[in-house]
Amino acid sequence: MSDAWQWLALIGLGAFHGVNPAMGWLFAVAFGLQEGRRGAVVKALPPIALGHALSVLVVVISFTMVQLVTAPDLLKPATVAVLIGFGGYRLVRGHRHRVRVGMRTGFAGLTLWSFLMASAHGAGLMILPLLLGMLAPAQLMALSLCGPGAEMTGTIAALGSAAAGLAVVLVHMAAMLVVIAIVGLVVFETVGLGILRRGWVNFDLVWAGALIGTGIGLLFLR
Amino acid sequence: MATWIPDPSFYPSPRMAMQAPPERLAYVAMLNTDTISRPDALGVVDVDPGSSGYGRIISRLDMPNAGDELHHFGWNACSSALCPYAPHPHVERRYLIVPGLRSSRIHIVDTKADPAHPKIVKVIEPEQLAARANYSRPHTLHCGPEGIYVSALGNGGGNGGGPGGVFLIDHETFDVLGQWEIDRGPQFLSYDVWWHLGQDTMITSEWGTPDMIEDGLNPELLLGAKYGRRVHFWDLHRRRHRQTIDLGPEYQLALELRPAHDPTKAHGFMNAVVNLKDLSSSIWLWHRDGGQWAMRKVIDIPAEPADPDQLPPILKGFKAVPPLVTDIDLSLDDRWLYVSCWGTGEMQRYDVSDPFRPKLTGSVRLGGIVGRSRHPSAEGDLNGGPQMVEVSRDGKRVYFTNSLYRSWDEQFYPEGIKSWMVKLDASPEGGLSIDERFFLRFDDGFRGHQIRLEGGDASSDSYCYP
Repeated sequence: MSDAWQWLALIGLGAFHGVNPAMGWLFAVAFGLQEGRRGAVVKALPPIALGHALSVLVVVISFTMVQLVTAPDLLKPATVAVLIGFGGYRLVRGHRHRVRVGMRTGFAGLTLWSFLMASAHGAGLMILPLLLGMLAPAQLMALSLCGPGAEMTGTIAALGSAAAGLAVVLVHMAAMLVVIAIVGLVVFETVGLGILRRGWVNFDLVWAGALIGTGIGLLFLR
Repeated sequence: MATWIPDPSFYPSPRMAMQAPPERLAYVAMLNTDTISRPDALGVVDVDPGSSGYGRIISRLDMPNAGDELHHFGWNACSSALCPYAPHPHVERRYLIVPGLRSSRIHIVDTKADPAHPKIVKVIEPEQLAARANYSRPHTLHCGPEGIYVSALGNGGGNGGGPGGVFLIDHETFDVLGQWEIDRGPQFLSYDVWWHLGQDTMITSEWGTPDMIEDGLNPELLLGAKYGRRVHFWDLHRRRHRQTIDLGPEYQLALELRPAHDPTKAHGFMNAVVNLKDLSSSIWLWHRDGGQWAMRKVIDIPAEPADPDQLPPILKGFKAVPPLVTDIDLSLDDRWLYVSCWGTGEMQRYDVSDPFRPKLTGSVRLGGIVGRSRHPSAEGDLNGGPQMVEVSRDGKRVYFTNSLYRSWDEQFYPEGIKSWMVKLDASPEGGLSIDERFFLRFDDGFRGHQIRLEGGDASSDSYCYP
């Protein structure tokens, strides 16, 4: 995949996560309806995007650390195993999780909720194949920019990964935030919640399918 | 099995649920007065006015054992599945969870294949309930954010004592997940449970422990004000006790909880069955007051003077028949409150648009300890009185049965309750009239108790959006 395509895919995944009502726009709309004002919808969006981004960040950091100590040819099969394994787990276990946050929560609660929701759904994991294609080149690029210097290479490679990883998290968050803002406000202002009755398709199934499908796809990718 | 789009009987708001199609079937808990050899049953009633079997029982699902005392029951999933913070919208409203209040056995009944002929698919035995949650005598249940919440009157120790409380059942596997409370504070007695999802608040009320109620209403405990009279407010998600409100020692039996369906409203209604000073019943309103919950009495229903010769032994000394308000129900628009006066045999309808000032707008008399009021389509006097009441989602139809609880039935109607189920029509202006085509007589020793309507009703669902 080319660089541009990878960034587009990243944005696409951000949009896909944002569209899922369970990832937060519906919660924001609920606050708006509870308080009877659009401002409450808008106010709920940043913590939701932040919690989501933190969950992705955890995956990016974990991946970077694993990448630094793992042989390159093991990385792909490990990623495939994680994706298919987690997708299968989602199919079987579904949504059984203890509820910790409700309608009276604030910024911190919403951030925590969004973090837990994204983590439980494996939002960050879905980005793993992109990390695979983006972080290693970023390391190489960092190394080439700095020139040879054997004792520094580990640090420079890590810095390269970190910069690229941070960019991945921010771009994904921005795409997700834009989508939850648009969907949330459109539903709040014009469409109304009746849309949920027919329009709330089973994202859990789609997600599990996406995780497993990505895993399988990765197997056949060069 | 997960579905592709949400169950069509789930509605985001009570306002939308009022547009739901009218129910064609009703399910009724039927307890058998022969507790030794004849099992209780779940009855299916035809409530489609266009059908030739209108107002009659279509089928009867017998329980596997005798002596369960079926009482309240409810759905595995409902509109609360659409809540934004704990969504599980692709579960089906398909199973009825039917507890035996006396046996502590819980039956899982599948209504999907043929809603008119449901089947038992699983039974949770009392030993499992005691081992997993340390509770017994399951009473009220509601589908909510974390699964199925069930109140229980007694502990799991088998001694008929407390504390009673709340436990959770998984809404897909029907495993008992355990005790709900993390910190129960001063709460000991248990009865009803419901919540304000918009306030993250659970509310519980008080009846008594099993040994206080199973042999009948105990006059000594009653006159000593030992039955429940307190209401408990909990943090729904932290599972901690937050506040207790005591109605005062003269109020006994704080039972049904009917919170406003609109999640932006923070008030609800509860009935106290008897006032020890004058045998009146009362309806209480809870509401927010500053950062706390507060309660005040908004309706008083007086006892009616009566000739002692017409009264059962437990009431002879009082020369009055108490209204005994044992159930209430709030329409989905939060506008109409229905009040069952089981003693005087009256169904009342109040306009509660202003919850602090209810206005009586309609009344129908059927049965009653003294009145024995008749139904236009039934021969002879009726006994028992309006008891478990259920209102359709559109608010136009009101169904109820006439039995309370077997051992208490015998004290107030010692000749033995002849059980019936009726339907009233509720006019938009506030009136209440008997549907003459609908009079269902239970026979074979059966007594009707709670009614659940196909697709949901005014006490089956809770909503996260206004």
